[in-house]
Amino acid sequence: MAQETLVFEPSKVLIDRPTHYCPGCQHGTAHRIVAEVIDELEIAGKTIAIGSIGCSVFLYNYLNVDAVESPHGRAPAVATGVKRARPDKVVFTYQGDGDLASIGMAEIMHAANRGENITVIFVNNTVYGMTGGQMAPTTMIGQSTTTCPGGRCAEREGLPIRMSEIIAMLGGVTYCERVAVNNVKNINKAKKAVKKAFQCQLDGNGFSFVEFVATCPTNWKMSPVKANERVGEELLPYFPLGVYADKLADKEGK
Amino acid sequence: MSSKTPKRIFIKGNEAIAHGAIAAGCKCFFGYPITPQNDIPEMMSTAMFEAGGDFVQAESEVAAVNMLLGSCAAGIRSLTSSSSPGMSLKQEAISYMAGSELPAVLVNMNRGGPGLGDIGPAQGDYYQSTRGGGHGDYRLLVLAPATCQEAYDLTMDAFDLAFEYRNPVLILGDAILGQMKEPIIPHPGKTPKDKAEDWCLTGNQGREKRLIKSLFLEEGALADQNRHLMAKYERMKAEVRYEAFETADADLVICAYGSVARIAKSAVRKLRAQGKKVGLFRPITLFPFPDEPLLKLALEGKRFLTIEQNCGQMVDDVRLAIRTKADSEFFGVMPGELPNPDDLEGPILKSLEG
Amino acid sequence: MSRIVIREDRCKGCLLCTTVCPQEIIVQSDRFNQQGYKVVAVTNMDDCIGCASCAKICPDFCITVYKTKTSKVKE
Repeated sequence: MAQETLVFEPSKVLIDRPTHYCPGCQHGTAHRIVAEVIDELEIAGKTIAIGSIGCSVFLYNYLNVDAVESPHGRAPAVATGVKRARPDKVVFTYQGDGDLASIGMAEIMHAANRGENITVIFVNNTVYGMTGGQMAPTTMIGQSTTTCPGGRCAEREGLPIRMSEIIAMLGGVTYCERVAVNNVKNINKAKKAVKKAFQCQLDGNGFSFVEFVATCPTNWKMSPVKANERVGEELLPYFPLGVYADKLADKEGK
Repeated sequence: MSSKTPKRIFIKGNEAIAHGAIAAGCKCFFGYPITPQNDIPEMMSTAMFEAGGDFVQAESEVAAVNMLLGSCAAGIRSLTSSSSPGMSLKQEAISYMAGSELPAVLVNMNRGGPGLGDIGPAQGDYYQSTRGGGHGDYRLLVLAPATCQEAYDLTMDAFDLAFEYRNPVLILGDAILGQMKEPIIPHPGKTPKDKAEDWCLTGNQGREKRLIKSLFLEEGALADQNRHLMAKYERMKAEVRYEAFETADADLVICAYGSVARIAKSAVRKLRAQGKKVGLFRPITLFPFPDEPLLKLALEGKRFLTIEQNCGQMVDDVRLAIRTKADSEFFGVMPGELPNPDDLEGPILKSLEG
Repeated sequence: MSRIVIREDRCKGCLLCTTVCPQEIIVQSDRFNQQGYKVVAVTNMDDCIGCASCAKICPDFCITVYKTKTSKVKE
């Protein structure tokens, strides 16, 4: 006899409402992965999300957890405050490339260096989305944005910043991985990485960081499908996927 | 018969503030070194752990105030301290905390400005403190101690007030207060009646999720929020505090706050001994400003001289308070000059003689 | 005989699902939803294997997946 089982449905940690994200924006996918991990780890009731500034400022409308809004770039500091005040809660930040790698560079470096027992979800789509498509610290050489219309130029603007590599070098970092959601294989790996990151926090093992290389079809001026192809063809060769720091084995048995 | 002498400790104003915070149940401190307030983070770096709390020397004043935002969102009594340039850095987060209605307590030990200025006392941050140095319509409850005992007492009150009104409270001192040593009598605080459990973030187990934010995009929402905040600041007027010294029969009332008020008081005492009818009106809350008691003095026909260590800031509020009846003259001790009572005699006499 | 259910009111017509279906049965339809997006449709639901690739790549959590395991019938 044939038997039907439900194998996939939106997590109950996701609030049932349409998102404001553009068609093909992979913030939605990242939100879904984070929600599923929180759901599967059964930690929604003790999770505090630290929002940030960018398209994902509305994260708190989509996840059914307590949340606090931070000034631009300061989420790792706000998270530090929340976690030091209530160390038994699960605290994570969700930040875009401008928030984390531009104005927030000091805060993320120091929170990581201090080894704060928090989780940082970093969504890197190489452009400032919310404000209309300006250059980001991770904008690629030659990529045209509204503030470098001729294409980013290394001599004037410097090279795009590889955050996972930098964060991984800091002493307080226990787990650091770069992931993507451009195909199902990568989506599955991304979810495993996020789960590892949250588990790292639950086990009191220190700072965890997951960078999502993601699309911004609107500001890349591409269709969602073409934008997704750009991830694999142009971005991942420069921002390679993989684990950049993993001290979890050292932490076990402590 | 036993004489119970209350225990005294001989400490700096900075330390008195730290002691007051500890006695008030402060559990988290986030700060950054800057002269002349370093005694505060230095004391808190051990005291917070002893109190079962936590301490972070942050990477900047910006980071520190944002850590404060986080710990206050979690409903925990927390503190940051800094001095003028560092307070400028904190303004964005202060605006956020006011807009999100967080019970943050901040300390500014005012030094000379503008810019890097100097490391001596000044009162150039009055505007920044009372007008909101950050963006948008908001006010902080501002407390201005003049003695080390007052620094201790007002710090304790600051936490209670912050949680009662869900509003940031600022303790405005200066380099003189921070570095001078006086004996103080420590005492236990009131039992905290924080209703933080009604709104703070603890994880939504067993309840609806909560949001701490200051973004209000829905139609009418920001307008409502602003009206709500303004109504709160009206209610805060119940917290007005001031000291009136020898004002009853004074012809000339000196208006001053903080360390300058203390120095002016010495000048007033000396002139009173010579038979001059001068008095001192010392606001202790700079916001809410003691408009009504000042106006009352103006209606009695008194004249006013505001003395500050800046180029004229609180004098605006004095003039506003008494505008229907009188005006205030102003004498400014410049930032960079260390004021002493003798320097104030001349200007006071000049105003007194009209 | 697995199947997917697409919430058409949430579909933004991004077409990412059409790129990952191993059975190639998801296509852009001719229909617009109320938001003005051209939604996707399944050409032949019988060919669905319930792999949930479409649901995983969908950024708007529009898709629910039901998998049916057909038991082998001995001839």
